[in-house]
Amino acid sequence: MSATPVVPRPGSAESPAAPAAGLLGVPPRARPGWRVFPARVGAMCVVELQKLRHDRTELYTRAVQPALWLLIFGETFTRLHVIPTGGIPYLDYLAPGIIAQSAMFIAIFYGIMIIWERDSGVLPKLLVTPTPHSALVAGKAFAAGVKSVIQAVVVILIAAVLGVAMTWNPLRLLGVVVVVVLGSAFFSCLSMSIAGIVLTRDRLMGIGQAITMPLFFASNALYPVALMPGWLQAVSKVNPLSYQVDALRGLLLGTPSHLWLDFGVLILAALAGIAAASSLMGRLAR
Amino acid sequence: MTDRTGTDTADALSCTGLAYSFGGARAVDGVDLTVAPGEVFGLLGPNGAGKTTAIRAITTLLPVPAGMVQVFGLDVARERMAVRRLLGYVPQQLSADANLTGRENVELFARVYDVPRRERAPRIVQALEAVGLGDAADRMAGTYSGGMVRRLELAQALVSAPRLLILDEPTIGLDPIARTSVWDRLTEVRAATGMTVLVTTHYMDEADQYCDRLALMHRGRVRALGTPGRLKAELADRRARSGEADGPAPTLEDVFRHFAGSGLTDEQAGGEFRDVRNTRRTASRVG
Ligand SMILES: Nc1ncnc2c1ncn2[C@@H]1O[C@H](COP(=O)(O)OP(=O)(O)OP(=O)(O)O)[C@@H](O)[C@H]1O
Ligand SMILES: [Mg+2]
Repeated sequence: MSATPVVPRPGSAESPAAPAAGLLGVPPRARPGWRVFPARVGAMCVVELQKLRHDRTELYTRAVQPALWLLIFGETFTRLHVIPTGGIPYLDYLAPGIIAQSAMFIAIFYGIMIIWERDSGVLPKLLVTPTPHSALVAGKAFAAGVKSVIQAVVVILIAAVLGVAMTWNPLRLLGVVVVVVLGSAFFSCLSMSIAGIVLTRDRLMGIGQAITMPLFFASNALYPVALMPGWLQAVSKVNPLSYQVDALRGLLLGTPSHLWLDFGVLILAALAGIAAASSLMGRLAR
Repeated sequence: MTDRTGTDTADALSCTGLAYSFGGARAVDGVDLTVAPGEVFGLLGPNGAGKTTAIRAITTLLPVPAGMVQVFGLDVARERMAVRRLLGYVPQQLSADANLTGRENVELFARVYDVPRRERAPRIVQALEAVGLGDAADRMAGTYSGGMVRRLELAQALVSAPRLLILDEPTIGLDPIARTSVWDRLTEVRAATGMTVLVTTHYMDEADQYCDRLALMHRGRVRALGTPGRLKAELADRRARSGEADGPAPTLEDVFRHFAGSGLTDEQAGGEFRDVRNTRRTASRVG
């Protein structure tokens, strides 16, 4: 070693930090590479929970719409008996679809949020920390998942109050949590990817509204795919929301479903979403 | 364990021909400068001079080719993550998260810089106390005044003990007392840690009082470089030579106007540029 450095070097335990500086004179040691990713995801989820703890109004206001869907649409069509549900009350059939819908609406909002964070300087600041783009995106995606799960609990409780007969088997409920997290991860990444392409909030709001409704209606959330015209069935086949709803129905109601296929599609969709949104994150940094 | 940074004698920051264009517009057009370890270096220049763009290139936000920017000997293009671990960054906008408390705002940055769990709480407290926010730590950042938000952002940047702190107009929009408060806190932490500071400002009094050296940018280029004293002395010299002696000694604002003044035609700009090269040579001799 040639000269004594004026400032402590990162990661050197014997660094001559001035005692006056305390910990602020000692840079934290980097985590080993493989632990960076889960650590960042954890950090983003913690922030999400902290925000929810400070302000729960969004949780309540966002519960209004699913409640109305179940109460008005669900109760009415339960009496009409026009949609073939395989023998279960339509309200029961609808509940998993509404859980998926409310989770999707939350997730779609993340694109708008990331543009807001970009304009306000919050995102640039995070992008200057040792956080790879993929870890940041995955962090946001799982944060969306955390929020959606909490929202899903609210919707499940509303559905239970309305008399929907759902499982209370903890293993199946765990499956529900995983499905909701994966679906939200995909839709938040879809929204963040579009954000990375259009870059302005106004354009994203327009596109967000233009895609959420079709995604919802071109899925099995409200009615069986078999009822749809051919072209809509094709859209539904590539719509991850359909797989999410199918899995939720299977898990919550015990109706026939394709759980392995559903999980497979949702995992692939989430991974593809994270990859796409990460590769577009550079545009948001600029 | 090998030292991740280059040699001990490396400059805190060195830019070589740093250039960046937005589409066709050259926002930064060949900036050469070095910042010595422990220095407070001020980047001055009129609106649109390219200060923020230069800073965003240095902080890895803008993609620049290898060889243009080095931080403590590490190339910004090649070793992004290692460079980021050395940096603290406060952007031009007020950017604390209004929906979190002050403490939680700092906590996020402690987490993303891998501060170990048991060290987290004390480190966050030290960062908040260093900027005088110990008592307001558990209030929502949305209730903070502009000056408090700026100090909170300083705490966010300080919690990872950066070696190079980069502040883009840290006192923009603050009242004189809040401005002094930001600078006083900064000076204290710097004295304790010996970190290097790169700062932009439009307040000439701040530049004069707190910066060791200054670079004056205009239209993407460095037009003058040196200590505040030297920049003023050189303008005095130049005035004396051109016969407009007896006025009051030039202030830093006069220097700013001289190099960035409005009626600057391209022809004159060419002339200025020669002057700048002279200045830069003197500066490096002094430096
Ligand atoms: N994202 C962008 N897209 C296009 N042009 C940009 C962008 N950001 C900056 N510019 C242009 O680049 C030039 C330099 O801008 P920059 O923000 O770096 O200036 P500045 O010195 O920081 O100014 P100020 O003192 O107002 O903050 C300006 O002409 C600006 O219009
Ligand atoms: Mg600027």
